[in-house]
Amino acid sequence: MSAHADTPAIPISFKRRAHDAVHDAQLRKNFRGAMDFLMAKRAAQFPDGDELERLRAFGNRVRARALSKLPDLLQRLEANLTRNGVKVHWAETVDEANAIVHQIVAAHEAKQVIKGKSMVSEEMEMNHYLEGHGVDCLESDMGEFIVQLGNEKPSHIIMPAIHLNAGQVASLFHDKLEVDYTEDVDRLIQIGRETLRRKFFEADIGVSGVNFAIAETGSLLLVENEGNGRMSTTVPPVHIAVTGIEKVVENLRDVVPLLSLLTRSATGQPITTYVNVISGPRKADELDGPQEVHLVLLDNGRSQAFADSELRQTLNCIRCGACMNHCPVYTRIGGHAYGTVYPGPIGKIVTPHMLGLEATRDLPSASSLCGACGEVCPVKIPIPAILRRLREENVRPPAAEPHHMRGQGSKYSRRERYAWKAWRTLNTSPRLYRLFGLAATRLSGLIPADIGPWTEHRSAPKPATRTLHELARDHLGED
Amino acid sequence: MSSPHSSVATPQATRLAPPLAGARNYPAQKPAEVYLFGTCVLDLFFPEAGMDAIRLLEREGIRVHFPQGQSCCGQPAYTSGYTDEAREVARAQLALFSHDWPVVVPSGSCAGMFRHHYAELFHDEPATLRQVEALAARTYELAEFLLEVCRIQLDDRGSPIKVALHTSCSARREMGTHVHGRSLLSQLGQVERVDHDHESECCGFGGTFCVRMPDISGAMVRDKTAALAGAGADAVVSADCGCLLNINGAFEKQQQSLRGEHLASFLLRRTGGKSDGVQS
Repeated sequence: MSAHADTPAIPISFKRRAHDAVHDAQLRKNFRGAMDFLMAKRAAQFPDGDELERLRAFGNRVRARALSKLPDLLQRLEANLTRNGVKVHWAETVDEANAIVHQIVAAHEAKQVIKGKSMVSEEMEMNHYLEGHGVDCLESDMGEFIVQLGNEKPSHIIMPAIHLNAGQVASLFHDKLEVDYTEDVDRLIQIGRETLRRKFFEADIGVSGVNFAIAETGSLLLVENEGNGRMSTTVPPVHIAVTGIEKVVENLRDVVPLLSLLTRSATGQPITTYVNVISGPRKADELDGPQEVHLVLLDNGRSQAFADSELRQTLNCIRCGACMNHCPVYTRIGGHAYGTVYPGPIGKIVTPHMLGLEATRDLPSASSLCGACGEVCPVKIPIPAILRRLREENVRPPAAEPHHMRGQGSKYSRRERYAWKAWRTLNTSPRLYRLFGLAATRLSGLIPADIGPWTEHRSAPKPATRTLHELARDHLGED
Repeated sequence: MSSPHSSVATPQATRLAPPLAGARNYPAQKPAEVYLFGTCVLDLFFPEAGMDAIRLLEREGIRVHFPQGQSCCGQPAYTSGYTDEAREVARAQLALFSHDWPVVVPSGSCAGMFRHHYAELFHDEPATLRQVEALAARTYELAEFLLEVCRIQLDDRGSPIKVALHTSCSARREMGTHVHGRSLLSQLGQVERVDHDHESECCGFGGTFCVRMPDISGAMVRDKTAALAGAGADAVVSADCGCLLNINGAFEKQQQSLRGEHLASFLLRRTGGKSDGVQS
């Protein structure tokens, strides 16, 4: 079923990319600086730890309630959007989603599409797809615009161009837009806006993502800071929104805590500059707004996560990016090293459902399970626990039942399994364990100075001369 | 796709995050006897820290039992996804603590394994689960136990010194014991605790992570050692030997003189006790 089945398994080279990234001093500096800034901004928004914990628990419950009746809410969403004049489309795969978008584009003979920021459209690789069908697709979010100009992918779900500093953007603008070189950030943004302004009025179709799809009212809520989201969704005659099926919430009341958690966790803002609530196309007596509004609801593996009570929590995500901002791994390798649309901790737990575990086999292991992500997650996704679970799915025999995930057992290795069985035998047999301790301490001179990956950055560990078991027995007697 | 879903969503399948853990209730009296679970890393690499923990507890008038049958809490297999192997090793430890004495663990991550993850391992074995829950309720990280249960009063006899405290991620996020380590150090009159850059950040150990992802782990431990060395501290202490193995190994590789030591050894020495002194 996968649209990505024939995609090269990008994260096979994850370790290579990570290796290059940790040795890229400029990248390290850009990310450390940016993540420190975002962490401080978030912390300033939550001065009261108790309030934060209450709000996170509330957010968790709102999301859990929505997921507990997901099929019902999606049907209500469809009914109410339809009543409001929005055409709803269902897509199981990214191929289906792209085909739906293309049909709409073709029906309008559209040649130019302008896009607000949307990670689901990245998931679909919509730009690439539409360009292949002769349609120009322009990103209007400043970060996305920069990334598109540089022929790159977003490196962060909220701040797509966070891997670049002002100098790098200045060079890019100078090369691609043929403007005078300037590192003045305000001037750079002005240049970008001037380029985009014209395009909003030329575009035949506007595309956007969705932050919350509200079932009760049939509305699509979209937050943004630049106004490009409002322009993309109101100026062109046709608006296509794309989103994942998990984004639905029951009612507007539910949005209140989630919105507060989202903007404070993401960018450290009490509220974004724009909060758009889209409830249908232009009505007969209205002067502006699109004549047609479409919503494409994409599954792309989300149902697989939904089917398992532990993995289902992955779908709580409101895409704030706080987990990546606080992740010591993401901070050191940046977003591109993951080779996936969604990087960082949330990317590691959501992407295996989209691409299968085989294509993402190294991602669950790329974590020290330090727990920083789970600690800041505004909807309390137990990311470390889910990473551990994915490791378990990764090493289970590929054919073992029940089969929870596509690509199960992608790291299954008989050798490693035997090694862990030997470890189990050693640690369940006190006599054997003590014998091992004696051997390790008495023969510590035999430990080579070079023990693979450990000694690349550390000296080899030296066992003590006697074990704690021995010292304790001498001191306390046999127990 | 015409209908949103083929599978049936039951509310039972939706998990809620557990309610906020309130402050832990500590016993009013300190116990007469405790178990020490020494952990496998201490056993082989930092046995003196285990002995110093025993001496600290004995100085508080507590009789310490060290079950000789103990091995590992099971964490390495658990975090590597080998859940069945972890469960059997965990089961072997469960059998060791037959009296209802508290179990004191000189490691935040192994204590966290007892307190939080054993229940996950035995969730479908009701009888074992009850045993596991009872064990979790009487498991304490060493610093936590000294401070909150023994209500220890430390009398600093050392000369003025600046100390950086590294707290393991599980101690911090699963056990909340970074607070206890700080409180214990603050009782020492001549000890000034100095902050280091990105103190709450992981040292990069992460069990098998450090060998599975050597580049990333290496970058993390280099940053951690640089932060510790740059803090102007004369000594580095931590209550987790996994982190110490990683941090000390990196210090040594970088030919720096600084080494971290276990909080138990540091506290014992500062307060006039004789550390076991089989420094590895």
